[in-house]
Amino acid sequence: MSTQKYIIGTFNDEEPLLEAVKEVRAAGTPIHECYTPFPVHGLDEALGYRRSRLPRAAFMFGVLGFSLALFMQAWMLGFDWPMNIGGKPALAWPDFVPVTFELTVLITALGMVGTYLVASGFLPGAEAKMPDIRCTSHVFCIAIPSNTADYDKMHALLMRHGADEVAEREIEL
Amino acid sequence: MYESPIRRPLITGKTSYAQITDDIATAVEAKPTKWWYIGFIVSLAGLGLWLLTVTYLLVTGVGVWGLNKTVDWGWDITNFVWWVGIGHAGTLISAILLLFRQKWRTAVNRSAEAMTIFAVICAGTYPLLHAGRPWVIYWVFPLPNTYGSLWANFNSPLLWDVFAISTYFTVSLVFWYVGLIPDLATIRDRAEGVRKKIYGLLAFGWNGSAKAWQRFESVSLILAGLATPLVLSVHTIVSMDFATSVIPGWHTTIFPPYFVAGAVFSGFAMVLTLLIIMRKVMRLEAYITLNHIDVMNKIILVTGSIVGSAYITEFFIAWYSAVPYERYAFVNRAFGPYWWAYWAMMTCNVITPQLFWSRKLRRNITAVFIISIFVNIGMWFERFVIIVTSLHRDYLPSSWAMYSPTWVEIGMFIGSLGLFFTLFFLFAKFLPVIAIAEVKSIVKTSAEEHIKKTAEKEGIDIKEVNPQIA
Repeated sequence: MSTQKYIIGTFNDEEPLLEAVKEVRAAGTPIHECYTPFPVHGLDEALGYRRSRLPRAAFMFGVLGFSLALFMQAWMLGFDWPMNIGGKPALAWPDFVPVTFELTVLITALGMVGTYLVASGFLPGAEAKMPDIRCTSHVFCIAIPSNTADYDKMHALLMRHGADEVAEREIEL
Repeated sequence: MYESPIRRPLITGKTSYAQITDDIATAVEAKPTKWWYIGFIVSLAGLGLWLLTVTYLLVTGVGVWGLNKTVDWGWDITNFVWWVGIGHAGTLISAILLLFRQKWRTAVNRSAEAMTIFAVICAGTYPLLHAGRPWVIYWVFPLPNTYGSLWANFNSPLLWDVFAISTYFTVSLVFWYVGLIPDLATIRDRAEGVRKKIYGLLAFGWNGSAKAWQRFESVSLILAGLATPLVLSVHTIVSMDFATSVIPGWHTTIFPPYFVAGAVFSGFAMVLTLLIIMRKVMRLEAYITLNHIDVMNKIILVTGSIVGSAYITEFFIAWYSAVPYERYAFVNRAFGPYWWAYWAMMTCNVITPQLFWSRKLRRNITAVFIISIFVNIGMWFERFVIIVTSLHRDYLPSSWAMYSPTWVEIGMFIGSLGLFFTLFFLFAKFLPVIAIAEVKSIVKTSAEEHIKKTAEKEGIDIKEVNPQIA
């Protein structure tokens, strides 16, 4: 856990932040991250983030849940302990539909949310790494790593877009 | 995103992001109001009654209920179905309306989802206690055992129900908590001392980074996509507990859609009952506006009409089937010894929601509150009618019987209301009752101030196109 120097710019609205991000990127300066109180649409694209792979993880968990549920029921009722219920087939596939569906949903939901939390490092009691605690209320922040950016240029750029303050700080993000 | 200035505002008054945080977080930070204490103490008394009756039941056995050999499902299963149904509105608001991109859901989804979770908890207690020996309830799960292994019977709708309800509860809880994390972080970052520690623990280190929000939105969307068929499946499976049996009045294919519509109908009534009180007590009128109440009343009108049509269809099909038992079951419902329950159901569920065709009534808080209570009562009677009138007179007249609840059943029902409201009052005090981040994300399109600004920019006279704002 090491600290690093960042240029932190704060805004009071999402629109100037979005414009600033586009211009910083256009100038070829890498951005570490942006911090906002709510999801700002288009910000992930402006930052050049790839689409999240969580839907793919969810699909995999879905396939896993579906297979496990169907296999479990078929094995238990069809092979391990078949019951003679009025001579009807022990492998009653239509009867397995509801539980297969429920378990598919359950395992998909738990698996995906688990992946999301672990991948993002969100665990009970984890420390929040953010440049400004007002970011969860009404402040929109941009963090630019100092080692690859020119402070004066960035300061001017962010201020031109209406930043409330721009400062260089050594923090852990 | 552009929004036409003719849209009705979803947030009234002055709205800045800081103001929204203040308005909602203050309710969590400030000392509770006098009304909160009064409500909480009354609910605790109900919870006490619940604990008393449940303890008596466990010590003595299910014989303390009024059930008999003929009517072996009574208030317990009635209450179970009623509570599960109430939960459905929360999931509808949080999942289905998210998929349809309905912006008004942002103000009500948090509390509606909380209501879902608490209602499912109340629902779950009934089959648990009805099982007679709750300490061996794990037998319903397919766990390896020394009897064979003798597995659970996956052919049984009652077992499907176990999976449906437990999945529904788990997924609803996870969905709710995922949405809560950013707002818990908001509270954490305003708090100090012990409170900061507790909310910090609960907020999982949320930092509001663009990557986190991207993942958050992705997860929310998929959870909504999962919860949508899930909520439809839950009451479908509950209805199969009845529909797959051979009892006249139960053995009908109309049950799944009819139960789902009824569930949404009763759920929205309960959402309105709760929110009308909550917006007043917690001063959230700027966020839960008359427009929100209006749209929810429209959903009540639609689902209430579906339920009404289902009642009539059932009657028609009973006659059309030409099965004497089926015909008798329905005549007996309306004119037999439980006629009063049937007509209470018909009045509350078929007639009262039709009042919502009137825009004036949809926007009259007192009228909406009274009608919502009527719907709650009506939907309770629906379950009572379906269960008790169908069971008490079946194929063999020699086994016909009557059923009435004992004080234990009545106490447990009132007690479960106590359990529900205790949980809801605790939620209202300790967690943000409105999704703070989500409300902020609709400010630029749906706040009164911004609608005015858009109109100004386009040179439109706001008074002409949107008289409600002017």
